[in-house]
Amino acid sequence: MQQNTPMNTPSKRRVLGPCSHVLVAANTGSWRLERPEVDAELCVRCGTCARYCPTACITVHKEGDPLDFDWNYCKGCGICANECPKQALTMVPEGGDD
Amino acid sequence: MLTYQVQPKGAVSPGINTCQGCMIDVIFRNVLDVMGPDTVLVIPPGCAAQFSGCGPEASVTVPGIQGNLENSAAIASGIANGFRHQGNDHTQVVVIAGDGGTVDIGLQSLSGAMERNEDIIYICYDNEAYMNTGVQGSSSTPFAASTTTTPAGKPVNAKDLISIVMAHRVPYAATASVADIFDLRRKVQKAKETKGCRVIHIMSPCPTGWGYPSAKTVEVAREAVRCGAWVLMEYENGAIKLGRKPEELGQPQKYFALQKRFCGAGEEEIAKMGAFLTERYEYLEKLAQL
Amino acid sequence: MAVKMFDGNGAAVEAIRLARPGVIAAYPITPQSSIAEHLADEVAAGRIDAEYVRVESEHSAMSVAVGAQLTGVRVATATASVGLALMHEVCGVAAGCRVPIVMPVVNRSLVAPWSLWCDHSDTMAERDTGWLQYYCANVQEILDLTLCAYRIAEHEDVMTPAMVCLDGFFLSHSMQRVDTPDDEAAWDFVKPYVRKNMYLDTNDVMFINDLCPTDEHSEIKYQQYVGFQEAARVTKEVFAEYEERFGRKLHTVESYRLDDADVAVVTIGSMSGTGKYVVNQLREQGVKAGLLRICMFRPFPAEEVAEALKNVKVIGVVDRSAGLGAAQGPVCTEVKAACCGTSSKIFGFCGGIAGRDISDGSFRKIFGELTDVAEGRSETCERWFDVKPNAMNIREVDVPC
Repeated sequence: MQQNTPMNTPSKRRVLGPCSHVLVAANTGSWRLERPEVDAELCVRCGTCARYCPTACITVHKEGDPLDFDWNYCKGCGICANECPKQALTMVPEGGDD
Repeated sequence: MLTYQVQPKGAVSPGINTCQGCMIDVIFRNVLDVMGPDTVLVIPPGCAAQFSGCGPEASVTVPGIQGNLENSAAIASGIANGFRHQGNDHTQVVVIAGDGGTVDIGLQSLSGAMERNEDIIYICYDNEAYMNTGVQGSSSTPFAASTTTTPAGKPVNAKDLISIVMAHRVPYAATASVADIFDLRRKVQKAKETKGCRVIHIMSPCPTGWGYPSAKTVEVAREAVRCGAWVLMEYENGAIKLGRKPEELGQPQKYFALQKRFCGAGEEEIAKMGAFLTERYEYLEKLAQL
Repeated sequence: MAVKMFDGNGAAVEAIRLARPGVIAAYPITPQSSIAEHLADEVAAGRIDAEYVRVESEHSAMSVAVGAQLTGVRVATATASVGLALMHEVCGVAAGCRVPIVMPVVNRSLVAPWSLWCDHSDTMAERDTGWLQYYCANVQEILDLTLCAYRIAEHEDVMTPAMVCLDGFFLSHSMQRVDTPDDEAAWDFVKPYVRKNMYLDTNDVMFINDLCPTDEHSEIKYQQYVGFQEAARVTKEVFAEYEERFGRKLHTVESYRLDDADVAVVTIGSMSGTGKYVVNQLREQGVKAGLLRICMFRPFPAEEVAEALKNVKVIGVVDRSAGLGAAQGPVCTEVKAACCGTSSKIFGFCGGIAGRDISDGSFRKIFGELTDVAEGRSETCERWFDVKPNAMNIREVDVPC
């Protein structure tokens, strides 16, 4: 039996047809085979890596550890390491720390 | 109303199913960052349709519509006219379409919109083939490039979109590259401040289709600019302004060597391509001096 | 209310003017061209306050219409023949995204062969695209049905675009007297456009027409199916209101002298008047003839058709399109499906292709065949009428020696 009564409530209204309306994110971090590792000595916090990062998952700090990565979304593409003007980033195999 | 299950990065979801090393995300984030939230998007099918969403799941925080492959400029024209009729002169209508949806099947509606000088911004991200459907050649595929429909290398040159755009004498047009984000943002800002039909053509290399490691997208885009395979320029009020002269104009060897799609290109093809790139750049230089 | 002289295209333009669209996108095509021209005139003269988008194709006309109406304004466009065929892809977008666009379609044959003249092959090819379809019998109905179509299509339970189909030249270029409501009365009936479903608004974000997974596609098609079911009810309500306001009765199906009929034809479009004329003649000769005109073809009023035809012994359904490869022409297929529970014998007739006149003689011949079956003199009817006997040999070219 189909519900044909609109489910309009003060906070919801029925929309007919195709549309997207809930902002979600794919867990693209699960694709990663390699992860960028930063050498804090070499990093000059210029932000080149963050500017080119396709997933915008790099945060550059003014003080302390120079870079933070959002591992939920980093696809491990390696563009950051390739573009770093100081070669401060290296791609290492995911899980290779052990 | 948009419901947020995640915090967006700018106006874009942080996790988009574009290929590893694809920089269309960067284009979307920067374009929407410059344009601001008072923007409506039109996206045709293609790689960028990742940003339209899937089912109820959205990928951007601005409204939009996914049209058909060939009618982005016409749908955008309709939206712009609908807003104008209602006295809305602030919301910007932005198309982000691939090369197939622009230079092949979408050229007619784009030409119509440019001729009518519709108040829209049309952005073409050019990955030089039909990547989303499996790397079939488009009219933007360059000479000698191998695709699944030009397996022995494309025998003819790519269509010259920016020249086609300039022939319509639009108020503002530019080429840009993912290798220079500052320049890209500046051009989008300039487009935003201009009225009428504005077109920006952005090279967006494709690791999947061009055959290079995902880390090298920016490097490949940079090499394209260095050899003149991608010419950075602006067209404003009928005048052409070229970007910095390519350092290695007419020498695409390094650019070709980075990518598997040119692996079938021998010396003859490279020489032919080099001559073409030089000739085209010198022609644009002459136009820029007018 | 005033009596004005309009040709069919003029009546369509008048109805559009009365509905006050905000964006108009039109591309000229014979025999629709004067709609595109006169809408431009109305805008230039300030009688319609709209943006006129001079598009480069019908595909773009429908694309502009969809984009514009999603911003919250009523739009107008019109087309014919191959123009409608070119629009086909975007017609599906308008329907699936529930954009209630009203579009006059001036019926003209589809190529090949090239023809400028009327048949229904263009709109019949769109019959399952998800648009409501109303077929006009005369110029007055073009005005009436177009005004009603806005109310029906835009109804919150329907939200489905509508084609108002008018026969090319027979109606589009035929000057007739038209009772025309004055501007305020028409506006009070049509009412301002209100966005009711999806829209493009930066203050209320949604991304329209994104990829729909298999998981939800059936449901969204089901929503359209429900929209059509509601459209059948809403059409009757709107027709009743129209009659109350303007005094003219409109029909989803129109029965003509069917009550005691032994033989009847089912017609659609401008041929119907000729059909009624022949019914009157036959009645004078003692033949119990009748006619059923289908005005609303989508949603197809199957129950009404079955009810109207239930006591008729032999029925001929006249299709103005070839229905190539089908068991019957499109109208006959529907009528047969609607009447499958009755004992009537139903025969399909195909003719009037590409402007060939369906004359009183054509109807007399059809009724003659139906009467022969009714009275046991024959078993069946010829599917194609008014076709030259040498159809297969009209071209004989010299062979090179």
